[in-house]
Amino acid sequence: MSGTVTIEDLQTAPRRVRKERNAKFLLLFTALISVVISIVLVFSLFSEAWDFIVGIDWASTWSEGWYPRRGLYDVKTLFVATLITTGIAMAVAGPIGLAAAIYLSEYASSRTRAFIKPVLEILAGVPSVVLGFFALFFIAPEIIGRLNEDASAGSLAAAGVGVGLLTIPLVASVSEDAMKAVPLDLREAGAGLGARKSVISSRVVFPAAISGIVASFIVATSRAIGETMVVFIAGGAADSAGYTHSAFEGSLTMTAAMASLASGTDQVKGEGLTFQSLFFVGLLLFAITFMLNMVADRFVRRVQERY
Amino acid sequence: MKIGSTLNDGKATDRINDEIRRRNSDPRGIIFRTFLQLGLFLALLILTVLLVDVVQNGWGTLSTRFGDFLSGTLRSRSIDEKLGVHQGLVGSFWIAVTTAIVAFPIGIGAAIYLEEYAPKNRLTRFIEINIRNLAGVPSVVYGLLGLFIFVNTFGKWTGGKSLLSAALTLSILVLPIVIITASEAIRATPQSLREGAYGVGATRWEVVRRQVLPYAAPGILTGTLLAMSRAIGEAAPLILVGAVTGRLGTNPGFLDLGALKERFVAMPIVITEWTQNSGRDPGFAGAAAAAIVVLLIFVLALNSIAILLRNRFEKRRK
Repeated sequence: MSGTVTIEDLQTAPRRVRKERNAKFLLLFTALISVVISIVLVFSLFSEAWDFIVGIDWASTWSEGWYPRRGLYDVKTLFVATLITTGIAMAVAGPIGLAAAIYLSEYASSRTRAFIKPVLEILAGVPSVVLGFFALFFIAPEIIGRLNEDASAGSLAAAGVGVGLLTIPLVASVSEDAMKAVPLDLREAGAGLGARKSVISSRVVFPAAISGIVASFIVATSRAIGETMVVFIAGGAADSAGYTHSAFEGSLTMTAAMASLASGTDQVKGEGLTFQSLFFVGLLLFAITFMLNMVADRFVRRVQERY
Repeated sequence: MKIGSTLNDGKATDRINDEIRRRNSDPRGIIFRTFLQLGLFLALLILTVLLVDVVQNGWGTLSTRFGDFLSGTLRSRSIDEKLGVHQGLVGSFWIAVTTAIVAFPIGIGAAIYLEEYAPKNRLTRFIEINIRNLAGVPSVVYGLLGLFIFVNTFGKWTGGKSLLSAALTLSILVLPIVIITASEAIRATPQSLREGAYGVGATRWEVVRRQVLPYAAPGILTGTLLAMSRAIGEAAPLILVGAVTGRLGTNPGFLDLGALKERFVAMPIVITEWTQNSGRDPGFAGAAAAAIVVLLIFVLALNSIAILLRNRFEKRRK
């Protein structure tokens, strides 16, 4: 026997083969859990929202306001409020986040970056309830109250600014990544033609990174639409809201309406279709943010393909 | 040779000389730069004002009765001596523990599969896109998922509107974050480490276990810490799965497993509740600010450790 090498000697020990196979199956299983979650998520949204869609008197979805207890589910109220807060949020987060991104990518020394980046990351880690508190007790009286004396204690404007602050780090980091991805050659070519730094940043790097910057704005918009606690706390309406298109009044966004439905006096599982309306609004919210994220993904992919 | 001497226009020569000599006066460039710095400065200012404002509001409570505040419970009046955040701390503690037990192994396992095992086919691409989409779903929507699955469908096992339902919902919420950050850390592992191990006959799992995971561990840990900090700061899904607003009858201890099947609150819910109460009883604003300081200590500590860890990790690799 000795001296001859058999096939068995070259094969991996059965115990190791078994271990390998088990590991593979277990890991595949964990990866598939995320798919199961998505399926269950979509299924749960549709199954409950369907009851609402079938059972609702459609006239009540286009009425004077969002009064679930009276059976009035005016989606226009929620849409307009969401649009207002998101618009204000982007007006705050867009310029500040973009300026921070250009500075960090093009101007900042490595020492400044080492200090600033963690600070932005900490701002990104502040829980949204904290921003809600800040929006209600600081932004509303100190900023919005000064702009318009008639503004209510909590208002869409205050909530919008709060959401904007929350999304600054997102705009900054995604935009910065896009600008960092622009090859150095382009900057050097610009400098070789005698362009100054400000011109290189604004006329060379900015257009080259525009896809990524647009993506950062879309992602931030999607995030702002889905942000709940800031608008729930500082949006100035509880349980119900009449239609308004004034930023200085209180109203309910889609997310705030959901939080109100779940925590209000009726609680989830109230009479009629309140429980189902929760899922209906959730489904709309899911669809809108999903589409925005897909579009943003397309833009990011474009940057990756080019460089 | 004088620059511009080939030009026969004397004025042009002067202008070019001027432009070159005047190195530092670029008014438009300075304005642009100042504008950028202003944006950055605003971001820093906001963070400072936020922290100062919250600490200032909460200082009264924190400086006079910090111990009682930590051991007290939810009360209907802000001047109640027993007002405090104990129930919230217990809720947040169990949420952190559950996400660590549920989301971390699943998330890291999925990341290992996608980076080390998965063939490049349509199923893999689908799983990856799916995870990215899940990461973008608003947190309230996860609340609906939790309400449907854990509270209603499996209510018998989870206790319905219970701490367990809430913690499982948040585990699902942070799962994509864990997968994405762990994948990045695994991808950053040098190929030579893997090839060396394969060369001496290691199986795939042995390569993962002995080479990849130890190398990627700091990066994976960074992601898990960020995910945990996200989970304890999240409030919207908890409201959806039925966090108690108002008074909570029970006040379990930290290690009381029975609390998992009971109704619950968590720190962000306590903050929301007190902020909203401040309308009828202004004293609650101070209590809410104090609770925010307590929550921020935990969240910012987790974030700072994660950032430090990642920076050291990146330095080592360079």
